[in-house]
Amino acid sequence: MTRKTTFTAMAGALTLIGSAATAQTEIQFWHALGGALGEKVGEIAKDFNAAQDTYTVVPTYKGTYTENMTAAIAAFRAGEQPHIVQVFEVGTATMMAAEGAIKPVQGIMEQADIDWNNDAYLPAVKSYYSTTDGDLLSLPFNSSTPVMWYNRDLLDEAGVEDVPQTWDEMFAAADKLQENGHDCAFSFGWQSWVMIENYLAWHDQPIGTQQNGFAGLDTEFVFDESEDLTNLLQRIADSQADGTFEYGGRRGDSLPLFTTGECAMWMNSSAYYAGISEQADFEFGQAMLPINSDVAEEPQNSIIGGATLWVLEGHDEAEYQGVAEFFNYLSSPEVQADWHQSSGYVPITTAAYELSKEQGFYEENPGTDTAIKQLSLNEPTENSRGLRFGNYVQVRDVINEELEDLWAGNHTAEEALATAVERGNALLRDFEAANN
Amino acid sequence: MRTKTVTFRHKWLPYALIAPQIVITLIFFIWPASQALYQSVLRQDAFGLKTEFVGMANFARLFADSDYINSFLTTISFSAMVAGFSMGIALIMAIMADRVIRRAMVYRTLLIWPYAVAPAVAGVLWWFLFNPTIGIAAYALDGLGYDWNHYRSGSDAMTLIVVASTWRQVSYNFLFFLAGLQAIPRSLTEAAAIDGAGPVKRFVTIQLPLLSPTVFFLIVVNVVYAFFETFGVVHATTSGGPGQATNILVYKVWRDAFEGLNLGSSAAQSVILMILVIALTAIQFRYIERKVEY
Repeated sequence: MTRKTTFTAMAGALTLIGSAATAQTEIQFWHALGGALGEKVGEIAKDFNAAQDTYTVVPTYKGTYTENMTAAIAAFRAGEQPHIVQVFEVGTATMMAAEGAIKPVQGIMEQADIDWNNDAYLPAVKSYYSTTDGDLLSLPFNSSTPVMWYNRDLLDEAGVEDVPQTWDEMFAAADKLQENGHDCAFSFGWQSWVMIENYLAWHDQPIGTQQNGFAGLDTEFVFDESEDLTNLLQRIADSQADGTFEYGGRRGDSLPLFTTGECAMWMNSSAYYAGISEQADFEFGQAMLPINSDVAEEPQNSIIGGATLWVLEGHDEAEYQGVAEFFNYLSSPEVQADWHQSSGYVPITTAAYELSKEQGFYEENPGTDTAIKQLSLNEPTENSRGLRFGNYVQVRDVINEELEDLWAGNHTAEEALATAVERGNALLRDFEAANN
Repeated sequence: MRTKTVTFRHKWLPYALIAPQIVITLIFFIWPASQALYQSVLRQDAFGLKTEFVGMANFARLFADSDYINSFLTTISFSAMVAGFSMGIALIMAIMADRVIRRAMVYRTLLIWPYAVAPAVAGVLWWFLFNPTIGIAAYALDGLGYDWNHYRSGSDAMTLIVVASTWRQVSYNFLFFLAGLQAIPRSLTEAAAIDGAGPVKRFVTIQLPLLSPTVFFLIVVNVVYAFFETFGVVHATTSGGPGQATNILVYKVWRDAFEGLNLGSSAAQSVILMILVIALTAIQFRYIERKVEY
């Protein structure tokens, strides 16, 4: 507030002395993208500011996703909230339950004086962040999806010609690798996202009731009911005995397992493209996630991770016009295609995807369209649209803990999933109680 | 014991002199603590839009939660190990440093160094050394036939955070033990030596009893350190995992508030920790001031 007042006062003073300066409206934008990505965000804001002279978007890096979200919430409680805050996908339920704190993007865009249509966004991206009526709540910005990274050199040495497409082929490839003296066939990161959420969406099975939480707060987890998931996780845990699978920690901690050539395949976000290109001194590629041929012939579609931009309440109408114009600029095919190509995140609009194709990006960088192909395989179903569970950051921790008990051999897959569901449901009830 | 009394000429002067300290205490200790007390009886959504008074429900739920009890037990064994190892190692080093006559300053300075390293940095250093894929310590263990993986094994993870926390605290304890040992008059140990007592006997019957005030002081300080200041180590290395093997109380407080946005439960946990610290401090004052005599 103080800064804005000072700014207005300064602008006023300038006008008084006859300068041509006009009072620009500041739009505060808090994000969680550090390093090269953060610089790119700064560039986008700078270009937008240069393209018009009514608004100034001020991007601020606030730390990790969790820190950024907590900072914005604390700021809101103190009445100092930014206009735009970037929130990761698992924070969606918390944000949307906060009626009175957030302004749905659909409303802002429709009220603003711009030409805008939410059909421009990819269905798999849009559906994750829309109400059941199809109204967009937050603006998709950086989205990715898990893919399977493979080490072409290791597979060639072992005589595995085709990259495994099913889990059976995966274990067959593991046998071949071991015959060739290579222990670890595969590993993965973000295990809840990759091995539970995406596995179930990929096979068109529910994670929880009430359309994975989209239809109401009284949702309950059911991911322990999938027999094929239970069996697969058990099979993976058992395969640690001969070193086929190696667990490398939460989030992206297992990346070195892949980049040092210890494990031949690694399932994690498509957004690791830049990191892997930098670190791997072998030929690598990305392929679609394997399918469990016992239960499905064809995959459904994978679900996204990443973050969206939420707009917070409590600012002037004129400022929301600026937010809408910035969002519109951000969604333009040129900006999106550039963002997609430089970051490894998927393009969020169909037009940006088409533009990248025209520019020949996928021909020059084979495999970089795996993620978007996975996302747009089919029209998303209730099971593959995404998920919307309260307290989900904590639930992910619970799932991490229980899966770690499985990898350590303290629990069977059945016990681990049952305990995760039980503890997860308790967190869902907490959230329901706090938001009713 | 004679009590000292100071007489001020103005009545307001003593109050004015302690006012800055009182203000700082009120702003940085009493106010946040009272906020924690207040939050601990509420149930609130993250944004503070809906608030409900729930009385002792947050506390009742904690004690009915096996994960919380588990976290308590983990913290107790973790603290006991950190305090035990860091004091034991520091004492041995202090005894050895006490005997060194030449270049004593060099040894002392080197032993004190790790204390200058922040807990989070210490955590990251050890994390790199023990990373199962790229860590040199893990590689060495592998050579000895031990498959180190703190991502999978709870006991490996516990070892990692105990080592990282202990390593740093040894320096602090070393300083106090060395000062304590040097305060013991040489004539006592020399007299014992003349009477025929060997080094071990001299240590057990003369030096250790005379060190007891330092030992008690350090026990309290080390337990408080292990309870609270090791947050950085856990945050930078294990994030409380695998499973809940290293989910110590102070980490759980942070995680429930800043990741889970469950302020009520987190505040209740803070209040419990607050009570623990008050108890520890009370023990320190009563026990050390009264029982321990030179």
